Amino acid sequence: MRQVIFALLPACAVAVYMFGLPALVTLVLCTAGCIGFEAGCQKLMRRPVAIADGSAALTGILLAMNLPPSSPWWLSLLGAFVAIVIAKQIYGGLGYNPFNPALVARVVLLISFPVQMTTWTAPTPIGSGLDAVTTATPLGRAKEAVMLHGALPADLPSGFLGSFLGDIGGCLGEVSVFALLLGGLFLLWKRVISWHIPVSFVGTVIVLSGIFWLVDPQRYPDPLFHLVTGGLMLGAFFMATDMVTSPVTTKGMLVFGVGCGLLTVLIRLFGGYPEGVSFAILLMNAATPLIDRYLKPKKFGLVQEKGGAHA
Amino acid sequence: MRLKTFSGGLHPPDSKEFSAGCPIEDCPLPEELVVPLSQHIGAPAKPVVQVGDRVLRGQVIGESGGFVSVPVHAPTSGEVVAVEPRLHPSGRELPAVVIRVDGEDSAAEPMSALDPATAEPDALKDRIREAGIVGMGGATFPTHVKLSPPPEKPIDTLILNGVECEPFLTADHRLMLEEGEKILDGIAVLQRILGVEKTYLGIEANKPDAIDQMSALCSGRNIEVVPLEVKYPQGAEKQLICAITGREVPSGGLPMDVGVVVQNVGTCAAIADAVLRGLPLVERIATVSGDAVVQPKNLRIRVGMSLAHLVEICGGTRVEPAKIIMGGPMMGMAQLSLDVPATRGTSGLLLFSEEKVVRRPEGPCIRCARCVQACPARLLPTTIAAYTRLDMMDEAEQLGALDCIECGCCSYICPAALPLVQTIRHAKAAIMARRRKG
Repeated sequence: MRQVIFALLPACAVAVYMFGLPALVTLVLCTAGCIGFEAGCQKLMRRPVAIADGSAALTGILLAMNLPPSSPWWLSLLGAFVAIVIAKQIYGGLGYNPFNPALVARVVLLISFPVQMTTWTAPTPIGSGLDAVTTATPLGRAKEAVMLHGALPADLPSGFLGSFLGDIGGCLGEVSVFALLLGGLFLLWKRVISWHIPVSFVGTVIVLSGIFWLVDPQRYPDPLFHLVTGGLMLGAFFMATDMVTSPVTTKGMLVFGVGCGLLTVLIRLFGGYPEGVSFAILLMNAATPLIDRYLKPKKFGLVQEKGGAHA
Repeated sequence: MRLKTFSGGLHPPDSKEFSAGCPIEDCPLPEELVVPLSQHIGAPAKPVVQVGDRVLRGQVIGESGGFVSVPVHAPTSGEVVAVEPRLHPSGRELPAVVIRVDGEDSAAEPMSALDPATAEPDALKDRIREAGIVGMGGATFPTHVKLSPPPEKPIDTLILNGVECEPFLTADHRLMLEEGEKILDGIAVLQRILGVEKTYLGIEANKPDAIDQMSALCSGRNIEVVPLEVKYPQGAEKQLICAITGREVPSGGLPMDVGVVVQNVGTCAAIADAVLRGLPLVERIATVSGDAVVQPKNLRIRVGMSLAHLVEICGGTRVEPAKIIMGGPMMGMAQLSLDVPATRGTSGLLLFSEEKVVRRPEGPCIRCARCVQACPARLLPTTIAAYTRLDMMDEAEQLGALDCIECGCCSYICPAALPLVQTIRHAKAAIMARRRKG
């Protein structure tokens, strides 16, 4: 857990730099809220208080990453309540929750408070002297334009570098692909996560969105756009890889990642919401027990020897 | 060159440096030996001596109790002072012959020497049984049974196990360095019995001196020394066969199902003594190590010596041992006290201080899948354990609980410190008990 939190720090730092104090407040409220609710639940259920395991803090940071920087204080705390109490402790606590708690909270908030959850401020880096201005996310603008005019807006930011480093509107965790990638690579290097889910997830998004883009570039954005916008990197490296809610076998992980990628692209291009990463991961969470059941590794001794001379 | 190995497994620190450089020492005789009549898998031997009898080294004191059984011999000369149940390394009280050692170490008339080049395979197998030889890697399965496959299972390959993948243990390593010729004599006997085309000797790459030594000895003898990747459990029978031959022993099957017989190098040396010199199995090499021992050593011990005696010969303990293990740290058996006898399967004795014993509280399984990746049998340890805890044995069996080789990788790697292999063993016992009931 600690290593995952550590891996999220660069992205947190970029978010605070880009969005200033409101981002920091959101981060602190979500994290403190999650730890508080976790401790409260465990006390209430007369179980040992295990906030030192870091799982609640991690859920808090991930939740903040999934909220707009300008979230009102009650939105953060409500999110923390949903994540810890509803999505985790009710199921039995760490290790027993079927869905990623931070994502459950995000989706509950998104459906219940669509206005607050989609009020985006443009990044105004600390020291730039600008006041906060509201803006739309690239994915949101793309969706809107396609719905209204049947084509992508002409001025869709194609500046790969800007979105890559963190110069776009969005949730805290959608800002800097670079910082997230840094953390993700750290986790891969430390073997906290394996490559199977991130690679199959991102790979599927690239391939599928690429196919659509080739078919009609006027209507469908290019794969690069999909890659650097929205919560894809956060989802692929930090949310879909949540061990509790993803399959245990490598084959299962690959199927899980492909499923996430597939659903993400389909929701982004054809769904009612501009962003589909969180829905995609939650749906695949639901499929995890099934995947684990049917994609067990082949037991030692069940592999038929070539030629079968001794089998 | 990429070394051969199997899938799964892990890399615990091998910790062999404490004793790998120590030449084999003869362990002096204690005043009393407690010789268990159960030193093998199968029916215990039946005692044939009485209190007051004088016995000589190599004399039979317990007769074989069936086909899957072997006789037990007196490890030295002395007087039988008791035939009664004594604490056994398995934790139970089992029948044993207690001998007061007279210190003369007089030998009984040895059995006649046999020439492996001319003796009949059946005569050689009988000799191996009479000499009480069992698998000395720790499993203690009677060797003559392993050498008697039914005619419909032709054996074409013999594999000698010199892997010694358990951390700390260096007994087989020293044996290969110091008594390689004896191992070769034993191999000749096995080749004669089995009539195999191909013989391999597998050694882990962390013993380069043993690989060099055995390669030099084996040249020109139709024995191929195979260096293997250093990975636990490389020496597990099925994993070793897979690494060397690429054959997978079928689920629920035995090595003979893929035409292979595996023997430990220590067993091989014992076979050489039995056939060429007519000596029964009453001694073996054992590593005494662990941080609580003053001077780690490789000892040539007699069966029936108390563990306390072995520790004393190694200079005693530095601190109060917090954990005593007979065998290796991964698969060995934890002991309640040092007041139990060494047996034919005692490949090592490890004593650890409190600081080396990691006791962590159990946490919840977060499905990190470390155990799934490490499992050499390619099972889902955490899922089997979860079903076992819910007493859902049908599901545990379906997931292959009986294919578990009990190597302990899952428990070792589990970040939540769950007793996975222990739980699966429980499931195996429950499933087998239910099968017997029908």
